Amino acid sequence: MSATAFDAAAAARAWRPPPLIASPLLRYAVYLGALLYAVLAAASIEVDWARASEGLERAARFVAGFFPPDFTTKRTDILEGLLESLTMTVVSTAAGVALSIPVAVGAARNLAPMPVYLLCRGIIALSRTFQEVIIAIVFVAMVGFGPLAGMLTLTFATIGFMAKLIAEDIEDIAEEQAEAVRATGASWFQLLAWGILPQVKPRLIGLSAYRLDINFRESAVLGLVGAGGIGDTLNTAFDRYEFDTAAAVLVVIIAIVLAAEYSSSWIRRKVQ
Amino acid sequence: MLLTISGLTKRYPTGDLALKDVDLAVPKGQVMALIGPSGAGKSTLIRCVNRLVEPTAGSVVLDGIEVTGLGAAALRRARRRMGMIFQEYALVERLTVMENVLSGRLGYVGFWASWFRRFPRKDVEEAFRLLHRVGLAHMVDKRADALSGGQRQRVGIVRALMQEPQLLLVDEPTASLDPKTSRQIMRLIVELCEERGLAAIINIHDVALAQQFARRIVGLRAGQIVFDGSAAELNAEVLTTIYGEEDWSRTIRADEADEEEAVAA
Repeated sequence: MSATAFDAAAAARAWRPPPLIASPLLRYAVYLGALLYAVLAAASIEVDWARASEGLERAARFVAGFFPPDFTTKRTDILEGLLESLTMTVVSTAAGVALSIPVAVGAARNLAPMPVYLLCRGIIALSRTFQEVIIAIVFVAMVGFGPLAGMLTLTFATIGFMAKLIAEDIEDIAEEQAEAVRATGASWFQLLAWGILPQVKPRLIGLSAYRLDINFRESAVLGLVGAGGIGDTLNTAFDRYEFDTAAAVLVVIIAIVLAAEYSSSWIRRKVQ
Repeated sequence: MLLTISGLTKRYPTGDLALKDVDLAVPKGQVMALIGPSGAGKSTLIRCVNRLVEPTAGSVVLDGIEVTGLGAAALRRARRRMGMIFQEYALVERLTVMENVLSGRLGYVGFWASWFRRFPRKDVEEAFRLLHRVGLAHMVDKRADALSGGQRQRVGIVRALMQEPQLLLVDEPTASLDPKTSRQIMRLIVELCEERGLAAIINIHDVALAQQFARRIVGLRAGQIVFDGSAAELNAEVLTTIYGEEDWSRTIRADEADEEEAVAA
């Protein structure tokens, strides 16, 4: 039909899948740069092999001190710490999730006006900037040693975590479903309850379960800076060189984290 | 006139002028089809009527109430009287059929009553009656996303009727349905409008369907009304003014063949 014949075979031979970086000069510069950096970085590592082998032996003695784990001698201390951690976890997750919902709604661009959006995004950023341990140090300074500081820390961290992810989920909803609810003459709160909530509920429940799991793990760390919980028990055991008790505490933490992990992933599967 | 639109203009923040000075009047009980190419402003037009899209200028008067001047609470009351049916059904997918249907009553019940699903008995009764009318009474507790396209659209229709509207705003009701289901859905909408004396503005792509089911047809092109007449007046020349140059003979013939088929059946 057309005057100039189109050679599909030649075109197919010449075709190459497009590379990640289009400009060949930039592409090889980036690759070479990365390689050079890796070589130089590896060369700069100083390893004292004698010190390392000595350390290995010391580590072996240290680990040997953990066996057998001693659950009985400090049984009440472990139980108390465990109970405290669990209480902290549950209370701070519940409070954090409850407080994160209004923040999440305010931080969703499709629901909130600009000033509210900026305020709520600010709260989220503040909560997420600092690692839990740093926040815990501040709260310990404010309210003293003990589980209250840990609880406040976890609540604060939960707000940032939940609000950010739920806000993103709210921004990703199917807009027509919300529009249809608005079209019925529903009020703003009814729009939230009927148009938005059903769409974000699975994620809300799943994330809450996941956060419960995270909060328990964090509660074990927070004890190290004096914010209560099983971490306190662990810290005390180390301070007194009671490595067998410390081992028992670690075993308990591992068991509970595993249980929390499995149950939270089970819950997430169920609500999908 | 039930609905009077005058001087309606919509300019989106992007600068696109979707509607230019549109005047349109719909009497009580009239089923009207709004046709036009994609991007002509059909969806914008019906969304300006219930102010899901805020018009830039002009007025919309529904049964003596100027919708364009209402505050938030009054607007919600006005919206109750305009049922809306959507292209992709727009059911809340994780809610059950019954919940979706009852959401048509949200404008009438308070927040906590709706939160705990405590709707008045007569609302639930009406919901069952309407679901039975469209043949879905056995599916009340199914989740909306478990339904087929035609079933979902019927739930969408029932939700709109639950509002006890005077006017239906229908946005491409058949765009995601097969030809047979499309006809059933259009027939259902028109029948229900007749039964209840409702007026309807139906946005529709399918010219043959529009001709078959609506007596009045309005053509929109680039935000302006370029045709307003009866279904019988729609000919190749009119279609060219609405959509542009194309061989229209087949579109119209296809429609006639379809009607013959319907008569034969």
